[in-house]
Amino acid sequence: MNESSAGRSGFPPAYLDRVGSSFTDFLGVTAPDLLPGRRPVPQIPVGDITPHGTTIVSVTYDGGVLMGGDRRATMGNLISSRDIEKVYPADSYSVIGIAGAAGIAIEMVRLYQVELEHYEKIEGLTLSLDGKANRLAAMIRGNLGAALQGLAVVPLFAGFDLDAAEGASPGRIFSYDVTGGNYEERGYAAVGSGSLFAKNSLKKTWRSGLPADEATRTVVEALYDAADDDSATGGPDPVRRLYPIVYRVDAEGAVRLTDAEVAAVADGIVADRAEADRANMEREATSRGSQP
Amino acid sequence: MTMPYYASAEQVMRDRSEYARKGISRGRSVAVVTYVDGVLFIAENPSSTLHKVSELYDRIGFAAVGRYSEFESLRVAGIRLADVRGYSYNRRDVTGRVIANAYAQTLASVFAEQMKPFEVELCVAEVGESADDDQLYRLTFDGSIVDEPDFVVMGGQAEAVSGHLREHFSTGMNLADALKVGVRALSAVSPVTAGSGNGGATTLTAAQLEVAVLDRRRPKRAFRRITGAALRTLLGDESAAGEHGKHPAAHAPSVPEPGTPPGLGDPANPDTAGGTEHGGEATPED
Repeated sequence: MNESSAGRSGFPPAYLDRVGSSFTDFLGVTAPDLLPGRRPVPQIPVGDITPHGTTIVSVTYDGGVLMGGDRRATMGNLISSRDIEKVYPADSYSVIGIAGAAGIAIEMVRLYQVELEHYEKIEGLTLSLDGKANRLAAMIRGNLGAALQGLAVVPLFAGFDLDAAEGASPGRIFSYDVTGGNYEERGYAAVGSGSLFAKNSLKKTWRSGLPADEATRTVVEALYDAADDDSATGGPDPVRRLYPIVYRVDAEGAVRLTDAEVAAVADGIVADRAEADRANMEREATSRGSQP
Repeated sequence: MTMPYYASAEQVMRDRSEYARKGISRGRSVAVVTYVDGVLFIAENPSSTLHKVSELYDRIGFAAVGRYSEFESLRVAGIRLADVRGYSYNRRDVTGRVIANAYAQTLASVFAEQMKPFEVELCVAEVGESADDDQLYRLTFDGSIVDEPDFVVMGGQAEAVSGHLREHFSTGMNLADALKVGVRALSAVSPVTAGSGNGGATTLTAAQLEVAVLDRRRPKRAFRRITGAALRTLLGDESAAGEHGKHPAAHAPSVPEPGTPPGLGDPANPDTAGGTEHGGEATPED
């Protein structure tokens, strides 16, 4: 902290000299050790001894965009956390969900939140949604070395575009790869170990222009399907009252849905699935009974 | 380079003080006034983009007078210090005192060591849980720091404005009253309203003012600018004032420009970054 705290003579020169609105760039000059990408990379793969977050799902709907994440973190074959939070508001009009090495990912989210707020305070304006997405790409790119040792962080970024053209959907989703590649997704996206199953689920349940409540159900259902087939994704846990975290971003800003709201949706899905299963059993029983 | 004639340290300091004072007194004044829900910043500033008032951190605001380029770099340094501290420790560990101290040290060393002192005067304001915990630090060009109660006035005619405020200020005023008292005090000395005797305007209008509050009731980031329609309503004539009654729980809504950061416009629209569990702030009591 020697460099970054104000000393006896007030602000260190770098605080007053450089003109720039990026917090990350500023830390890179004054306190590089605080940046996740600037530390020595472990020489051996360490993926199995660090908690990993898993599935994140995001969909657009008629008024904006939704993002949800399950609550499980795994360490190798162990469950290291049942109630981890992997979706965060990045600023008032965007949200970020993270899959991958949890420690680095959460640090990156904190840094990203400060980065956006810092820009806002210095410039008096918010970054455009594309600008925000590009800043995040740069941060992921800086983590490539660690990613190759099993500490990959793969975020999903979504926001409400205040500058969206007339007729275009204001809710937009961006996905990333470990090299910092930044891809805008159409309609829906998922990342993490359960993303394959989540996407398959969304393929059938999601369509464009859904109202918010139906879109919320597609998100929770996609996470349910992911948890069904992927051991690293946690399903709804009515015993501990743990449900997926879902954020909604619309013209009013980013809001986290209350546990009660998500619980109602999740319970509805569980009830429907149980009912479908019971009906199957019954059909099987009758068909067995009718055979001689 | 030729060697300068000998000048006593006393003389040098006196010259620098005089130089800085002159520079500052040319500028227009800024008043920082406490009110029941926090701190109110009022600056006479016809520009809507070159700000004299700014957010530093969640509960901390900044106001300055003097040379723009100088206080702008100090403002940015303050934001950087706050953000670096908040990032490496915790958001709660950023206090107005830390930032005010850094300003004081910087101003003092520039004043002592450099040919030209900074021609600025700053105020660092922090809102606490209750009005008793609010802090106003006033910093002058030589690095003196004073913890002032109730209000701080800086700039050209600070003495006259202070005198006016001392007469009319009372603790626990609501926002509309505090704004009116502050604007009247600034208007009394402003060159813009100097023609009032000859039928000119008697008080500064919304377009000539930059107004912001640190509102302790806001969940996370307390700083909010009051602009456009909201400001005009607050400044408004007595009929508009009656509408707010005793508790101006919220300020008249305004529609934020696209791209406006949270806290810079619509009061019904709480900023959610990191503080979403709070839902929203108090709704207007009409």
